[in-house]
Amino acid sequence: MKQTQPCADTLQQARLARYSPGSTKASARYLWPLAALILLLAVNLLLDASFFQLSFQDGRLYGSLIDILNRSAPVALLAIGMSLVIATGGIDLSVGAVMAIAGSICANLLLQADLPLALVIAAGLATGIAAGLINGTLVSYLKIQPIVATLLLMVAGRGVAQLINQGQIVTFLRPDFAWLGSGSWLGLPLPVWLVIAMFGLSQLLLRRTALGLFIEAVGCNATASRYLGINDKAIKLFVYAFAGFCAALAGMISAADIQGSDANNAGLWLELDAILAVVIGGAALSGGRFSLLLSVIGVLIIQSLSTTIIVSGLPAKFNLLIKALVVLLVLLLQSDKFRRQLSSVLPKWRKGGQA
Amino acid sequence: MMSLRYLPLWITAALLCLLFGIGGWQFDGFASLAVVSNLFSDNAFLLIVALGMTLVIISGGIDLSVGAVIALSGVATGLLISQYQWHPLTAFALIVPAAALFGALMGVLIHVYKLQPFIVTLAGMFLARGLATTLSEESIAIDHSFYDAIAEFGFALPGGGWVGASTMIFMVLLVLVIMLMHYSRFGACVYAIGGNSQSAQLMGVPVASTTIAIYALSSVLAALAGIVFTFYTFSGYALAGVGMELDAIAAVVIGGTLLTGGSGFVIGTVLGVLLMGVIQTYIIFDGSLSSWWTKIVIGLLLFGFIVLQKVLSRRTALTTVAGSTAHG
Repeated sequence: MKQTQPCADTLQQARLARYSPGSTKASARYLWPLAALILLLAVNLLLDASFFQLSFQDGRLYGSLIDILNRSAPVALLAIGMSLVIATGGIDLSVGAVMAIAGSICANLLLQADLPLALVIAAGLATGIAAGLINGTLVSYLKIQPIVATLLLMVAGRGVAQLINQGQIVTFLRPDFAWLGSGSWLGLPLPVWLVIAMFGLSQLLLRRTALGLFIEAVGCNATASRYLGINDKAIKLFVYAFAGFCAALAGMISAADIQGSDANNAGLWLELDAILAVVIGGAALSGGRFSLLLSVIGVLIIQSLSTTIIVSGLPAKFNLLIKALVVLLVLLLQSDKFRRQLSSVLPKWRKGGQA
Repeated sequence: MMSLRYLPLWITAALLCLLFGIGGWQFDGFASLAVVSNLFSDNAFLLIVALGMTLVIISGGIDLSVGAVIALSGVATGLLISQYQWHPLTAFALIVPAAALFGALMGVLIHVYKLQPFIVTLAGMFLARGLATTLSEESIAIDHSFYDAIAEFGFALPGGGWVGASTMIFMVLLVLVIMLMHYSRFGACVYAIGGNSQSAQLMGVPVASTTIAIYALSSVLAALAGIVFTFYTFSGYALAGVGMELDAIAAVVIGGTLLTGGSGFVIGTVLGVLLMGVIQTYIIFDGSLSSWWTKIVIGLLLFGFIVLQKVLSRRTALTTVAGSTAHG
């Protein structure tokens, strides 16, 4: 990344070439997921007139919207990490297990009296980075397929977490750590702030430096980008470590939320939700592009969908079924062939400005 | 070349014998026909699922929906028998074709719309699990004379062993799948697609119908596993088989099948499941080791075999004359 300065012009041009051919196209990427989110929220408003109402109590905002934000925080963190991994053409199945490991490490350290909070948090985050480095090494240096490489930690990771917890659900009484999950600051729950901070920092790191472009280049064609002088192995190592870091943060939030570490259930199946959110956000699983904002919107869509199902009075058991149908629809819309078939069936609609 | 191809298989078999030997040496009653027959009957559903997973992985794909299909077929069996008073055999006659349709639809999405198997079967997993929970959230008990007859069906082996209906169903399916994969045109097509789907297409392999058939077969085997699971538990439950797809994938890899497709043996998968079963049995016999060690040991085994695959495929690539891809 040393040569960022000399080729800043080229990078700028490349970026323009990528995003500007018809600013309409770039904005259309944001249009559909945003429209879906707004539609979902509108449906909620129809079902429940008080849906958008916020109340202010004890220095904190309450209401359905805040609830959606708060509940989607762990998955949003996972999705931020997952976006980068998917942008390199990879996938990380282990994030749920990494959440469990980070939670169990923190919970057990908290049981040791008078350990400073900062140390516990640092240990948790370091665990996540270490797990991510294992994944990244397997993928980039041993050239193992990402699904398989991260499957290893997905299977073994939960065992490790149980080992750390000695098979128990470890609970702790530390208000300062619990604050991470249930506290609030300036009216918003702390998990929401953590997501905002993580999102802002990542966006700065990725879009104000060439790193984001490098990640997309590796995802488009790892070999070609190596010939261009990008260290594709280091980039891959970085994205998995980053995903591990995000997973550890998410794991600490959920451990703080229940004031305990449950190795069996912490983060269970959340990796799938995170992948789903990234896909709903329009990222191709083959890699090559990412948008953190769209991934976070994807998370909000998934969470609003669950809330809508509850608000509408449908039993919660329909949750999974509806989610599956939404995913299938999104997948089909991403397929070129399906879009061609659709546009031959609906020629007028096609002309009406669909991207 | 040939010996390299069989090497993972030999390693798995050797590990299996070694662990079994250690167990037999350490604990009384470990090396007995009772333990061996229990290995088969306790893991019958996993063995059946893993057969289908082997097919899918040899073709270069992956099927994450099998655990959910097990649950769905179990719940459907339970509902049809207990609530609608169907005869179990009629229920099976409806469920198995329905599963074939489900798998075929996933195959269509994968082949026609060029979507990744991973994400399509993930959506299939949500769909099947969602359907199962929608049908019934509670476990449905199955009480039918047919099931009592199934439970009693079988024959005893000397030393307390018992070969039950589940084991027999698995054996029959094993023979069928081996014939299909190693002695039929369809099997050759599956290997060809796994080796290189484009070359296969150019050679005249019917890629579309084969891909669709592979996923249909995988779902059918998963549905059969679900039915066998109901023989085992006498109930259908929407949360049955959670994570079983991972066990099946692990067994296939430990059995020496290349995850990139194109190479592997059905019998290897059986050895893989048995090895995982022996690890579990060993941990149960030991008593002082906790059950979560199973996961860690299986993870380590998986790692070892994946690295072995890497080394072997690199060596094969070095020794193979350019252009000869005959090792599929």
